Order: sequence, then structure tokens, then C-alpha cells
Amino acid sequence: MQQIELILFYVFSAVTLTGALGVVVLRNTMRAAISLLFSLLGVAALFFLRHAEFLGAVQLLVYAGGIVVLFLFAIMFVPANDRTHRKWHLQWPVALLIALLFGISILYFVGYHQWVSGKALDAFTEGGGNTEAIGVFLYRNYLVPFEAASLFLLVAMIGAILLGRWRDKL
Amino acid sequence: MITPTHYLVLSAILFSLGVLGVMVRRNLITLLMCLELMLNAVNINFVAFSHHFADLTGQVFAIFVITVAAGEAAIGLGIIVNIYRHKQTLDADSIRSMQG
Repeated sequence: MQQIELILFYVFSAVTLTGALGVVVLRNTMRAAISLLFSLLGVAALFFLRHAEFLGAVQLLVYAGGIVVLFLFAIMFVPANDRTHRKWHLQWPVALLIALLFGISILYFVGYHQWVSGKALDAFTEGGGNTEAIGVFLYRNYLVPFEAASLFLLVAMIGAILLGRWRDKL
Repeated sequence: MITPTHYLVLSAILFSLGVLGVMVRRNLITLLMCLELMLNAVNINFVAFSHHFADLTGQVFAIFVITVAAGEAAIGLGIIVNIYRHKQTLDADSIRSMQG
């Protein structure tokens, strides 16, 4: 069981990282968006693997179902190919160096601490399940941030409508 | 056995890829996509630690991160489409009218 979990982790990690790499290197934005979709699906699978079922479902619905579709719509408004793109401008080696240094420094601190695993694995997924536990937890402890988030979404929605309308008509 | 270290390494690589993308790409839409990658890397860490410490706070925080990411994508793409209508380009280097 542990072995299967580990294999699944590596498979989903590979999907996620390959998708992310595609987003960075593909020049066609449509292909990059599809690559992003695969990356997000991999992340959702990793959430399921960590028994965050509700969050995995939210990831599937909001990211794969919402944000990627929004990206595709925006891409359809503009030409798919990056006309002004230069393949190897000076920023490539510099950016590669900075990203590598950044990643290596994070990995150094990650390796610093050995996490002992298996503390309390499924303590909060028993009984009512992950969704119910999150609902109770959210409404008991984080009600004000929750309402603030809904207000934020309302403001974002109005803003997106205003930004998206044609200029001379309201 | 999957330890938090597995997830931390994965998330570090994903975040670095996002940073690299933001630095090398010139297309504004791709820039926004790389931003989403970085937010996902953060969410992976939240969920891994939430599982490790058996504390739901991490998952709740990840939900808020997803909320903000959704709003950011909607507003950002609206702005980008408007930029394209005005400038007929999505090249981040050519948008410099605020440079004075």
C-alpha cells in the first residue's frame, strides 16, 4: 500500500512538473494553457493522495473547470503566437541562473530538517469525512475571512465585468 | 512512505519553474499562467503540512489561496484583453507608457 502510494506520488509529480515545464517553454499560448491544465490536474491528484478530498475537488472545479477555460477564452481574443518573441535573448541565461540558485537554496533548507512521518494520519478524515470537517472548521474558526473572501469575489466579479465590456456601451 | 520532504522538494521545483517562467517569458498571458504555477506550489506545501500535523488550517488557507487565484485570473485576464485592444500587442517589454 505504501509502495503504491509512493509510485502514485512520483507519477503525479511527473505529470505536474512536465506540465509546468510545458508552460514555461512552449511558445504557443494555447498549448501552454493545455499544459497548465495537465499540471493543475496533477496537483489535484496530489491533493487526493494527501486525503484532502474537498480541496482536490475544489482544485478540479475552480482551476481545471474555471481558470483554464478563462485562459482559453482570453487566448482566443488574441493571436496564439507570440510575435515579438526572441528565442534566446539575454534574459534566458541570467533567469536560468537565478531560478537555479533560488531552487537550490530552497532545497538546501528543505534537506535541513528530517520530517518524521506518520504522526496522525487520518485523524480528521474519519467520521463525517474531509468535506464535513472542513465545513465545520471553516464556519467555526474562519467565518470572518470566509465572508471577506466572498466580498472579494463579488468585487472581482464586478471588476471583471467592467473590464470586459465594450468601450462605448455600458 | 511519503514524507513532507517529498512534497517540499516537488513544491520547490514547481515554484522555481514558475519564477523562471515569469523571468523569461514576454507574453502577458503566459506570465499569468506562471503565477498560477507558483500559487499551486504554495498550496501543495499547505496541504502536505496540513496532513502531517493533522490540522485543517492548512487546507482552509489553501482554499483562500484558490479564491484569490480565481479573482486574480479573472481581473488579470480582463486587464490583458484591454491592453491588447489598446496596444495590439501582448509583449511585456512594449508596455512602457507608465515609464514616463
